[in-house]
Amino acid sequence: MPATNSLKTLVVSSTVLGLGGLSHAMASEGYTDDVVRIGVLTDMSGIYTDLSGEAALEAVRMAVEDFGGEVNGVPIEVIHGDHRNRADTGASRAREWYDSEGVDMINDLSNSGVALAVAAVADEQKRHAIVNSSSNIGLTNDYCSPYVTHYTYDAHSLAHGTGKSIVEDGGDTWFFLTVDFAFGIGLEEQVSEVVREAGGQVVGAARHPLDTTDFSSYALQAQASGAEIIGIASTGADAINAINALAEFGVTPEQRPAALLLWYDDIVSLGLETAQGLMLTNAFYWDANDETREFSQRFYERTGRMPNMAHAGNYSSTMHYLNAIEAAGSDDPDAVSETMRELEINDFFASGGYIRPNGRMVHDQYLWEVKAPAESEYDYDFLRLVTTIPGEEAFQPLEESTCHLLDND
Amino acid sequence: MDIFGIPIQALLGQLMLGIVNGSFYAVLSLGLAIIFGVLKIVNFAHGAFFMLGAFTAFLLAQYMGAGYWLTLAVAPLAVALFGMLFEFLFLRRLYGLDPIYGLLLTFSLVLVLEGGFRVAFGSSGQPFATPELLRGTLNLGFMVLPLYRGFVIVSALLLCLATWFIIERTPLGASLRAATERSELTQAFGINVPRLVTLTYGVGVGLAAFAGVLAAPIFHVNPSMGSSLVIIIFAVVVIGGLGSIMGAIVTGLGLGVVEGLTRVFYSEFSSTIVFLVMVLVLLLRPAGLFGREEG
Amino acid sequence: MRSLPSTLIALGLLALLAVPFFPQLVYSVFVMKTLCFVLFACAFNLLLGHTGILSFGHAAFFGTGAYVTGLLIKTYGIPTELGILAGGLVAAMLGTLVGALAIRRSGIYLAMITLALSQLVYFFFLQAPFTGAEDGLQRIPRGTFLGLIDLGNNTALYYVVVGIVGTGLWLIWRTVNSPFGHVLRAIREHEPRAISLGYPVARYKVLVFTLSAGLSGIAGSLKAIIFQLAALHDVHWHTSGDVILMTLLGGMSTVFGPAVGAALVSSLNHYLDPFGAWVTVITGLVFMTCVLTFRQGVVGQLSQALRSRRSSTPAAKVDSRPRTHHQ
Repeated sequence: MPATNSLKTLVVSSTVLGLGGLSHAMASEGYTDDVVRIGVLTDMSGIYTDLSGEAALEAVRMAVEDFGGEVNGVPIEVIHGDHRNRADTGASRAREWYDSEGVDMINDLSNSGVALAVAAVADEQKRHAIVNSSSNIGLTNDYCSPYVTHYTYDAHSLAHGTGKSIVEDGGDTWFFLTVDFAFGIGLEEQVSEVVREAGGQVVGAARHPLDTTDFSSYALQAQASGAEIIGIASTGADAINAINALAEFGVTPEQRPAALLLWYDDIVSLGLETAQGLMLTNAFYWDANDETREFSQRFYERTGRMPNMAHAGNYSSTMHYLNAIEAAGSDDPDAVSETMRELEINDFFASGGYIRPNGRMVHDQYLWEVKAPAESEYDYDFLRLVTTIPGEEAFQPLEESTCHLLDND
Repeated sequence: MDIFGIPIQALLGQLMLGIVNGSFYAVLSLGLAIIFGVLKIVNFAHGAFFMLGAFTAFLLAQYMGAGYWLTLAVAPLAVALFGMLFEFLFLRRLYGLDPIYGLLLTFSLVLVLEGGFRVAFGSSGQPFATPELLRGTLNLGFMVLPLYRGFVIVSALLLCLATWFIIERTPLGASLRAATERSELTQAFGINVPRLVTLTYGVGVGLAAFAGVLAAPIFHVNPSMGSSLVIIIFAVVVIGGLGSIMGAIVTGLGLGVVEGLTRVFYSEFSSTIVFLVMVLVLLLRPAGLFGREEG
Repeated sequence: MRSLPSTLIALGLLALLAVPFFPQLVYSVFVMKTLCFVLFACAFNLLLGHTGILSFGHAAFFGTGAYVTGLLIKTYGIPTELGILAGGLVAAMLGTLVGALAIRRSGIYLAMITLALSQLVYFFFLQAPFTGAEDGLQRIPRGTFLGLIDLGNNTALYYVVVGIVGTGLWLIWRTVNSPFGHVLRAIREHEPRAISLGYPVARYKVLVFTLSAGLSGIAGSLKAIIFQLAALHDVHWHTSGDVILMTLLGGMSTVFGPAVGAALVSSLNHYLDPFGAWVTVITGLVFMTCVLTFRQGVVGQLSQALRSRRSSTPAAKVDSRPRTHHQ
């Protein structure tokens, strides 16, 4: 029967072959050494799109353009993918990119499950991965690799930035509102340690499930604790809902809120009315100095938004990677890894920044306070610098790292 | 006096907050129960309509300068109209089929709505001011309740009771109930059943959107604000007993309280407790707390 | 009738075996992942399509398989094949438990019990110290298969996965076409009659639950080996929803329809990346179109079209679509 044959082809080709052929026609063939290919693997469609997403891709593209589009005469190409906040999807995409699409470096990597999984693939495949928008400190400890760089910030810098500065400022007793996820609990533990070391006291904690909308119960618990500082160990919608509830129930401003992982974008969506007075550690703020303003202005023109620390980190780290290739005169991963760790980073994002053997990029962090609406003089004028935390203090001391590349045992 | 180490005053406060939270559940599960009762469809898009309500209110306020009270009236209507259009164009093609197809179609709608709003407005959400009139606090003796939360309880309960009254005590409700039980016979009496069905879907969706507008000033307005809510609301309706209007309302409030108390005693479990309750109820009382035993 | 499906299966198998030789055409790890979902969806359909039971908690079995395998291999150094087997076994045991509780109700109530129990399982894995919560159980070693084949090599792993998934699918096909399968269909079509015929319906249901859960667990175990990680998403209710979706899109009235559905869904996930933020919207629209036009799923619709081409007698148009029972 003639219809049968065409049907066979149809079914088989659409199940396994057809769709595969389609995509590969669009991507380039195999690994070639005459292209430096950068993959931006990020959350393009989910809850973290605002933190990295398309703007992260744009930041990397900007860096490539500013670099001149080629390194040592070799063209640079940028591709992108969506990890959907699933570690397996991220790992599979990374593997495919390294394995059969000749990607030399993967950037951004929001979501700590994805970052860890991709770091594992990068280590195995001996290709570069640069993590900008995840806080997981495991990346420079148990899961470290010569090919993995943790660039913008991490849980340690957040904890030590915010925690230490606030205790020194007189905030002695703490209560935590912690998201019941590894990163939340990790942050809570780190900050608790910092607080105790600095002579402060942790009076309690409430651990809420992810995606809690109603924080009123926790607001009362925080109030009843009588703590001076309410540490908020969550991010995104959870942190925003928590901060809102604290304000609504009049817990703040009497008890001060300290956001342990708040993004610039979260402040935009909170609004200054609610967010004023919040303390937060961020590695970058667009309005810090002329250089950051220059970059941010250009970024704004392309994306319609101000860059957050991950976007700035995406740009800076891509630049550094390309500089390393240029200096090494090769895109050989080992040579590039070595050069990346030798070259110092001096740009609008970091001054005197350097990468440790465990992959940690060490640079200054900043403690900011959110301005009151009356203090905000122009659009996006949100933060006031409280103090600069030197990179050596902000990041985990090298001797504490459990990274196997160090001789710490 | 303490109960399990918690002062009784604090416990009363937590109970009160549980009722606030339960008010949202009541309005949402009421809408879901009505839709299931008449259309026999599990409306997976209920959380998305909740989000749509909040976002419509935000857009009305942001771009048309509408005040809170106007948005509270207009946004649910607008979303209800959208829901009715969706029912009229797509959902009704699936009647008479296995309900799982309705579930799948409404799930697809969730993807389109949530994805679309994320493209248009980003993922991190928008601030929404509490109306001027309701900004103060209310001293209840055992706690200080923000005025707006009090307003949530009152308006949610009034709306629930009004809906219950219309369905159980008016001629319109009578024909609705008739259409649920014997659709063809009702049609034979000259009642336009398809129109009634569309209207019912609109009411259910409108209730979800109303809850969304109520939530806008206190919960964060963002495209995924309804996505984790939807299965909790399912559970509430099933615990209450499918098809029982009063069951949905009472269970909504009750589970709000149970969840609130869990936040005090075993906070990590607070988003899971509903499901534990559901398993126990279904195994002990197959038709739910307020449902009629099946024949 | 008989020859067409078997030719198709033979061709499909041939294409599958050829995958590692055409890396420029399709990436083998992607095919392996798809195969896990193929097994998962077909196993799930033992309940939905063949017995008329809707489970809304199958992620619990899939994820349990992944975590158990991961834990055993990574922490206790158990050989890979035993790890996979253990993953399937523990998932099957969980399936017996969930099944025994759930089948005391039917229809939507049954679905809600499975959802609720799977939420409890999710909570367990979220809290258990070995899972690493949202970070996942990372760097599970792949090890060797039967002490002979080094699974670190993607091609070797690929054939092992094809072999295991193939065996699983064969088992499903045998089950459906066995006397046991006929009883299941009798339960689906008319449960009271099956009871009055003297079949121990409850025991049959628990059995098929166990089998379905066990195979779903193996699918999860394989995924843990392939990606060397087990993640919270594997036990999340979204995954339970995904498998329903795959099954319906492919067609629940056929044995291998869900396989096509699984391939379709994972292809959408894989190949829509160029659309950036729009992927969610596009995926939603594709699903909508499918529900409204291919109500019996891609394969169901195709085979029906084929049947009505073959003969235009009314008998050929008899709707064989199964329906889950609701009261």
